[in-house]
Amino acid sequence: MELTLFIVKSVIILAVFTITLVVAMYSTLAERKVAGFMQDRPGPNRAGPFGIFQPLADAGKMFFKEDFIPAQANKWLFILGPSLAMLTACLTSAVIPFGNTLKIGGQEIAVQGVHSNIGILYVFGLVALGVYGVMIGGWASNNKFSLLGAIRAGSQNISYEIAMGLSIIAILMMTGSLSIREIIGQQHGGNWNIFYQPLGFILFLVCAFAECNRTPFDLPECETELVGGYHTEYSSMKLGFYLFAEYINIFVSSLMISALYFGGYNFPGMDWVYAQLTASLGDVTGHNVATLIGTAVFFAKALFFIFVFMWVRWTLPRFRYDQLMNLGWKSLIPLAILNILITGTGVLYLKPVFTAWFN
Amino acid sequence: MQLTNRSKQVSNKEMTFGERIYLPAVVTGMAITLKHFFKKKVTIQYPEVKRYLGPVFRGRHILKRDEQGRERCTACGLCAVACPAEAISMVAEEREKGQEGLYREEKYAAVYEINMLRCIFCGLCEEACPKQAIYLRHDEFVPVFSERDQVVWGKDMLVENMNNQYKREAWTKEEAHALDQKRAAGEIVNVEPRAIP
Repeated sequence: MELTLFIVKSVIILAVFTITLVVAMYSTLAERKVAGFMQDRPGPNRAGPFGIFQPLADAGKMFFKEDFIPAQANKWLFILGPSLAMLTACLTSAVIPFGNTLKIGGQEIAVQGVHSNIGILYVFGLVALGVYGVMIGGWASNNKFSLLGAIRAGSQNISYEIAMGLSIIAILMMTGSLSIREIIGQQHGGNWNIFYQPLGFILFLVCAFAECNRTPFDLPECETELVGGYHTEYSSMKLGFYLFAEYINIFVSSLMISALYFGGYNFPGMDWVYAQLTASLGDVTGHNVATLIGTAVFFAKALFFIFVFMWVRWTLPRFRYDQLMNLGWKSLIPLAILNILITGTGVLYLKPVFTAWFN
Repeated sequence: MQLTNRSKQVSNKEMTFGERIYLPAVVTGMAITLKHFFKKKVTIQYPEVKRYLGPVFRGRHILKRDEQGRERCTACGLCAVACPAEAISMVAEEREKGQEGLYREEKYAAVYEINMLRCIFCGLCEEACPKQAIYLRHDEFVPVFSERDQVVWGKDMLVENMNNQYKREAWTKEEAHALDQKRAAGEIVNVEPRAIP
């Protein structure tokens, strides 16, 4: 049944895409709400109950603003910048497995856009590409502040990608696979990587903040020093795309954090839930419902990490640029290498000892 | 000199390891923000909920009437003279026979205008008025205006509506002062707000 597969895959891809965009859209509202709550005020609450139509109002405002392109700017690259930022941000969620499998028409179909056995490489490749949007936009603006912001973004992302990649290597050593689905599968039964890789998790989290250009590492858009950073010259929906891409990146980072370290769609007692559901609803429906519950759990974890992103933003002040570079090169990278050594020791020497001891 | 008991001596000591790794400080900070996250919000939802601004607040102007509903203003022009922003202007007219029920004095203001863009709400007109005719309300603002013709308020906006009179606990400085002193002395005085100065 190729047709069923095609239809179900299309629906899944569409759903993943829609959910990503909606989550990013409501992240803008959540950001302002969280900011408000942490500063003892209620945040936006005029557009609809609890301000739930605020993102629509913001989008409307963005669309109706003047779409300005500076006279000396490189017009095509100026347009390409935000488009590229948005494109790379949207592409990233394709390989993330949102749930186990769905049984439809006698087939087991994975809840995932594209089943790829090099999912992590794909995500990292696109995250690395994401800096091009910022670089091109900042350069094409023909404005020294934009260029400085873009250069900062470029050097910051490259510096922190190294530490991020090294912290992931420890996970790859443990699982022996680049497939995100495989990594999640190995965390089944409470075997979450956070318990084996606490240092790696902290490194990954810090690097994720830096990669998303979020406070305390939001130097590319540091308004006290650089006016608006790389998007100084941007207005209307082009600016909206940059901001939107940032929120999509946050969502994808949260998904990656929960997939790599917090078991993805695994949750405690899921085998018991699965057994109960298949017993009461039948093999097919029960399996599908259990998968959907897992997906919901995955999203809950990701939403929690989105909250952490905002929580940190409204708690910490910005780093100075030399502090940022010192932290990245002199602390995070050595720590990541240390983490690899420790993990290697654990995998090679301690694991056989422990397995022998437990058996 | 100690100004507060919360001041801390600045020191240049070497940071300890715990301070240098920065994470404990981050966690402490995040605990503080999370505490605030669940705190009661201090915002007053303004157009729906209005805060009481106190009996001495100077809001929009009102031209008082006396107990029989006659306008108290006699168009002497002292308010206009006292006004530092020169916001007040008026045209005086003589009271005709048969108008005794409308105007208290033999002379009255046929036109009385206050420019609300010029007014600085200092209350000097209120103090200058010998007839206790003009007051700044403590309970109402000048509403937001969007057109220029809404800026200059004439008698139609200023003169008191007898069906919805402006009431106050004290109408003169002396009265208010006496009330304050009684309250400061601990006697809880409940004065019924009244409409007649």
